[in-house]
Amino acid sequence: MATPKPRVKVPKTASQGEVITIKTLISHPMESGQRKDKDGNAIPRQIINKFTCEFNGQVVFSCDMDPAVSANPYMEFTAKINEPGTFKFTWVDDDGSVFETENKIVIE
Amino acid sequence: MAICAISGFLSLALGGTVMAGGPADDKLVIDGEIEIITRTAAPDGHPLGELISGWHYRTEETRALEADSFQNPGMLYVERGAEIWNTVEGDAGKSCASCHEDASETMKGVGASYPKWNEAAGKPFNIELQINECREANMGAKPYKFDAADQKALTTYIKHQSLGMPVGIDLSTGAMQEWWDKGKEVYYTRTGQLNLACATCHEGYNGMFIRADHLSQGNVNGFPTYRLKQADMVSLHNRFRGCIRDTRAEFPPAFSDSLMALEVYVTWRSSGLSVETPAVRQ
Repeated sequence: MATPKPRVKVPKTASQGEVITIKTLISHPMESGQRKDKDGNAIPRQIINKFTCEFNGQVVFSCDMDPAVSANPYMEFTAKINEPGTFKFTWVDDDGSVFETENKIVIE
Repeated sequence: MAICAISGFLSLALGGTVMAGGPADDKLVIDGEIEIITRTAAPDGHPLGELISGWHYRTEETRALEADSFQNPGMLYVERGAEIWNTVEGDAGKSCASCHEDASETMKGVGASYPKWNEAAGKPFNIELQINECREANMGAKPYKFDAADQKALTTYIKHQSLGMPVGIDLSTGAMQEWWDKGKEVYYTRTGQLNLACATCHEGYNGMFIRADHLSQGNVNGFPTYRLKQADMVSLHNRFRGCIRDTRAEFPPAFSDSLMALEVYVTWRSSGLSVETPAVRQ
């Protein structure tokens, strides 16, 4: 996989107080740092080490990841919706890159 | 290790009292929309009465991954395949899309009907060989090396366009029947230090365990398959070679005549099951 690409699945609408399910996935090799290449040299660790989901600036869900997490980490969690707003998802790579994506949700 | 494996296998086979496990009683509907045929009556002349997709032999968690296209890691490769489809490569300045346009229309059914007889080459072509032929002849691009990342992604993308369609190959064209016969011979020939044929495990003992591995019927309707073990797509010929290697035999090159014959034969053995590409397996 080339450049890590985030993707999320959030409903576009929710009713007041509804608990919605959010699914997220980022394409990433999650190189553990434990492997060696053909010549016996260690392949340097490169993983997504942090994931955060915010709703209107407030953290809904966040976690630190370690080298045992598989490639293309998938996260699924729930959130209670009391107001319309924007979900902001952030993944932080070991090399300092930050991958972000946003999804709006409205109350119907 | 090998001795353990084989003696464990034999005691399992001869004992008869060991829990067989068997395929899971479940139904595969992808995204709640696309119904997948994972059990069907075998075609005439098939030694098994009912064909069962390898999906039934996997754990509940693995089965769930395939039922949700968002969770299915193989879908990342489908996306990559779509990029390749639209990317111009080679001297002719063409992409796949330049001639074949919208893959969701032009490639629908292709994955279900390959391998196909290729008159010019005098042998059956699978998707990978067809892609390489097209790249060389029409695009002026270099053919992919076996199991190059792009080859797997593009093959996955093309086969995915037939998701849910039943596998059915045409044996009446060219010398397909002869290749089928050759493939059958490969399938039933015991090989390697462990002296196993494809049929030993996948026909004789499917549903049972070979050590920790739950043996399936070895149907090919899900290839290329996302394997959790490799955390990557695994092509059919990679799996053929892996299986033959595990019998401790020397394994033939990918797309060689014997493996192409085997592909023709085992694709026929999977007739009627839906294309699941990208399937998710252990």
